[in-house]
Amino acid sequence: MADPGLVPAPSGPGSARTGFARTGPGWAGVRSGVARARWAARSWWLCAAMWTRSTMSYRASFAMMLAANLVIAFLDFAVIILMFRHTDTLGGWNLPELGFLYGTSGFALGMANLLIGSVDALGERIRTGTLDVMLIRPAPALAQLCAERFSLRRIGRPVQAAAVLAWSLAALDVRWTWDRVLLVPVLLLCGTAIFGAIWVGFACLQFWWGEAEELQNSFTYGGGLMLQYPPTVFAKDLVLGVVFGVPLAFVNWLPALRVLGRPDPLGLPTAFQYASPVAAALCVAVAGFAWRAGLRAYRGTGS
Amino acid sequence: MLNAAPAETRPPDPRADLTASLGLYASVARGAFRRYSTYRAATLAGTVTNTVFGCILAYTFVALWRARPDLGGYDLDQAVTFIWVCQALMPTTAIFGGGFENDVQTRFRSGDIAVDLYRPVDFQGWWLASDLGRAGYHLLVRGGAPLLAGSLLFHFRLPERPLTWLVFLLSVLLAEVVSFGLRFLVALTGFWLHDSDGVRSVTLVVAMFLSGMLLPLTLFPGWLGELARVLPWAALAQVPADLFLEHATGPAVLGPLGLQLGWAAALIGAGRGVQALATRKVVVQGG
Repeated sequence: MADPGLVPAPSGPGSARTGFARTGPGWAGVRSGVARARWAARSWWLCAAMWTRSTMSYRASFAMMLAANLVIAFLDFAVIILMFRHTDTLGGWNLPELGFLYGTSGFALGMANLLIGSVDALGERIRTGTLDVMLIRPAPALAQLCAERFSLRRIGRPVQAAAVLAWSLAALDVRWTWDRVLLVPVLLLCGTAIFGAIWVGFACLQFWWGEAEELQNSFTYGGGLMLQYPPTVFAKDLVLGVVFGVPLAFVNWLPALRVLGRPDPLGLPTAFQYASPVAAALCVAVAGFAWRAGLRAYRGTGS
Repeated sequence: MLNAAPAETRPPDPRADLTASLGLYASVARGAFRRYSTYRAATLAGTVTNTVFGCILAYTFVALWRARPDLGGYDLDQAVTFIWVCQALMPTTAIFGGGFENDVQTRFRSGDIAVDLYRPVDFQGWWLASDLGRAGYHLLVRGGAPLLAGSLLFHFRLPERPLTWLVFLLSVLLAEVVSFGLRFLVALTGFWLHDSDGVRSVTLVVAMFLSGMLLPLTLFPGWLGELARVLPWAALAQVPADLFLEHATGPAVLGPLGLQLGWAAALIGAGRGVQALATRKVVVQGG
């Protein structure tokens, strides 16, 4: 177990601020921040492992559900294949290029859903009072919330998306320079972080607006659907909105323009195509603030 | 009370009996309607989500139909309208879940399902009435809003004949009954599996794909298209959307409506059969 002195900091509404004040800026603050992040990750891991052990007691059921999830996920891509039976390009992009968008968007969304997707049950936990239980446990509440009901069978989606991505990488007609090669893993990592931050950020709305659970589907699943198609398909204002508003474009659209060597329909500076890590860091920071603000505003129902 | 005594001695009037039970189901439906109308924030959130999905899909359809005009027998405006009608039907027919089956699943887990079977009301009829009440509310609010948004944001094709609206509403009612029939069968697997969540998540995606909500079934190739157009899922979205777009008018509407009615009757019948089997054989756990 990690240093027990670190435990109370993220676990209560009031203590979060005092935790910052005590450590202050400088190396000590950074070290404490890293230690807290490690402790949060370890809590998540312990909780997820517990849920995995619990679901693994029904091994046959798990195997069937995983297989069904994989097959079902391919039905999703079947829609795009059916579209391309009637046309060679969509918005000027061909099927392998759409496969690249589909694979990257699906992988980032699927991984975010696997790792922290359970956070969207926050409103229900507030309503039923089970959030209080998490707050008094000696582990970061956000890590517990994200790992609660962790379900390994959600891995079907990112695995299917990775298969489509692998096919598309093989079928693409691209000259692989070192920056393009490097961009693919970076965008997968940053895309997962961006989707994860959006999931947490919008889930925090439920601190104030408990019934709004479905709203975040617009940005998570809706965003994932949107990023499967090229930006040239959508109205310019909408594309601007996902660059400067909710920065979904950094998940795959902007880096894909660089990887696939396509012109930017918005004519943004080239730096934007490499800026996914910056966007991801910003998203994570905003989600973190939203979580802290929400936790401070939270009042238990007493049930 | 002089008048009451002879009434009691009279043999029970089957018509009065029917009226009473219809009144009961009507009040169950009314209750469900009012229950869903209580959660205004959830309704608003859901409506926004439907509209966002409608927008995204409409843009992809515009791109596809720009490349291939008149694909699948629709022009561009019809194709976009198709998407928005489907977005209106999605919450109404509860294809994506959120209907009565959530309640039934909770009752399976808690064991309350045993109480439901004890009630002097038909199990299937009770949940059908409740789901119709929910569908009525969702059609009014969550169905109306995407149609309105779609007609404001895109070129939208409204029906030219006033009678089409009536045919469309009848078709939506049948679509909802077919959807209930399918979801009732899935929910009943809970009697054997204790947890129908897995079956539900699989059937949900199959329903989305085969209802034509993601891509009209006329774009499916060869035998797959022909088969998909007569399966029950076609009755959920493809058939009502085609009627809205007036692909069949006059007496020709009887064909698609007949398909829906046939599936509705078959699925409700199948549901009754499975229900009888389940209540006779299955031991209810929990409590």
